[in-house]
Amino acid sequence: MKRLLQAVLVLLLVSLALFVMLRIVPGNPVAVLMGEHANEATIERLTAELGLDQPIHVQFFRYLGGAIRGDFGTSYSLGKPVSQLMGAAFVNTLLLALAAALFAWIVGGLCGLLAAIRKNSIPDRLFMGFSLLGISMPVFMVAMILQYVFGYWLHWLPISGVSDWRSFILPAIALGWNSAGSIARLVRSTLADTLEDDYIDTARAKGLSETAVIWRHALRNTMLPTVTMMALQLSGLLSGAVITETIFSINGIGRLAVQAINGRDIPLLQGTVLFATALVIFGNLIADLLYKVLDPRTRREVKE
Amino acid sequence: MKDALRRMIRANKLSLVSLIVIFLLILFSILAPWLTPYGEADMDLMHRLSPPSAEHLLGTDEAGRDVLTRLLYGSRVSLMVGIVPTLLSMVIGAVLGVTAGYLGGAVDSIIMRLADIVLAFPSMLLAMVIMYTLGDGLFNVFLTLTLMNWGTVARIARAETLKLKTIDYVEAARSIGMSKGRIIMRHILPNCIPTLIVLFTLNVPSAILTESALSFLGLGIQPPSASWGLMVNTGRQYLFNAPWLSFAPSGAIMLAVLSFNFLGDGLRDAIDPRLRRR
Repeated sequence: MKRLLQAVLVLLLVSLALFVMLRIVPGNPVAVLMGEHANEATIERLTAELGLDQPIHVQFFRYLGGAIRGDFGTSYSLGKPVSQLMGAAFVNTLLLALAAALFAWIVGGLCGLLAAIRKNSIPDRLFMGFSLLGISMPVFMVAMILQYVFGYWLHWLPISGVSDWRSFILPAIALGWNSAGSIARLVRSTLADTLEDDYIDTARAKGLSETAVIWRHALRNTMLPTVTMMALQLSGLLSGAVITETIFSINGIGRLAVQAINGRDIPLLQGTVLFATALVIFGNLIADLLYKVLDPRTRREVKE
Repeated sequence: MKDALRRMIRANKLSLVSLIVIFLLILFSILAPWLTPYGEADMDLMHRLSPPSAEHLLGTDEAGRDVLTRLLYGSRVSLMVGIVPTLLSMVIGAVLGVTAGYLGGAVDSIIMRLADIVLAFPSMLLAMVIMYTLGDGLFNVFLTLTLMNWGTVARIARAETLKLKTIDYVEAARSIGMSKGRIIMRHILPNCIPTLIVLFTLNVPSAILTESALSFLGLGIQPPSASWGLMVNTGRQYLFNAPWLSFAPSGAIMLAVLSFNFLGDGLRDAIDPRLRRR
């Protein structure tokens, strides 16, 4: 309950900060929108219509009231309600993020697992070197390599746009690439630590096979840090989605935000950023709660 | 510090290699005018989009400019963007974090809530909003990255301070009536420095990546100045007929980021193993 209140407070502060940041952009947005040839009277009328002549705190509470009811205003550049645009985009971003997470978990998890079992072996070094390479590659680089190799050169998969599920394969790999690297490293280090614990020796002494020791005992303790990681990744995935969606022309939240900036479309920018940030805040909250379920030791309130 | 460096180099050869690579990258960026026969903006419209050759090791771009030359000049911007704002955010974050941790109470709450706000945003979107508010250009990229990154530093500096606060010699300093400011400057901050150095090395690559992503979207550095991200942005239109235009600068970004990551990992293991990757 305390955590929930905290999350709501942070979200409120975030929306306030966002609101203030976007209002201090110099120049009347309406005048910018109408171009040079607009006459004074029209600008004034539109400013009043959009409520932009009100004091800033009135505007903020009006916006907040609307946002709670799911009304984020109307996009200047696309002329549709922001909530409607975001709803359609969210589906694509969600599919993309889920596919990327799936890729990162399977590939990263497997690499980390294999590396930990044979610590300091050649595959271990190979995987770990590769994972650092994965972390260090900019998203757009991975995306363009994939486009070049699988789209242009081999013609296996579409280069961009969304037609069917196959269109999501390359973007998902591009977006999940960095996460796969960090997950591999995390799984390796925690699993390698766990494998040195006493209870693992006990399990082995009981005569359990190595596979059973790893799957039934060691991996369970590796799950905990990875759950926290999952929540931290959400923020990174949404950041990466901005680039991935732009490169692969997927109409998602990130691409919408880029379009909003290019169109100087404040309501759309505000809506998409607020929405994405809310996702992250509540994602972290859920991970926190999940952590408590998975690890009974943390259920008691611990002071810092 | 010297000991730590020696320990790092002994334990981890790769971190030594990356230290050398970083040194060379910085050297090349400084010596750019002497390393290449071409100027940053020398156009040769007869040889547009020509593939890598002996004359142009990495080919030429859509205006016939030598890609390697652009890369060398671009490294000035990209490395500066990695280092300067990270340094600024370290100083601001350390001062705020230590102050919050040492004074506690309302000051602590205010500073840490501010950090919470900054850290709640997905970083790319926050960067986009700040750039939108400030307008594009090199100086504003500096400002944006500084505003984005002080939060993590403040959190870690605060945690460190809370720990140091209870240590005997700090208690002793307090009991002989040393002022708060002096205790912070003499006893707390110097003890945070090893941790901060590790954090610095790990924050530089993320700053480089953020700048390149912003410039890639056309929201960061503006032409005619070159940055690696911007080069990828313009090169992307020719991805299929002149792939070197976007892959060369991408590779440069990767090399720089990779080196800083390796170095940071090595330093962390040598100085402060508790900072293991978050």
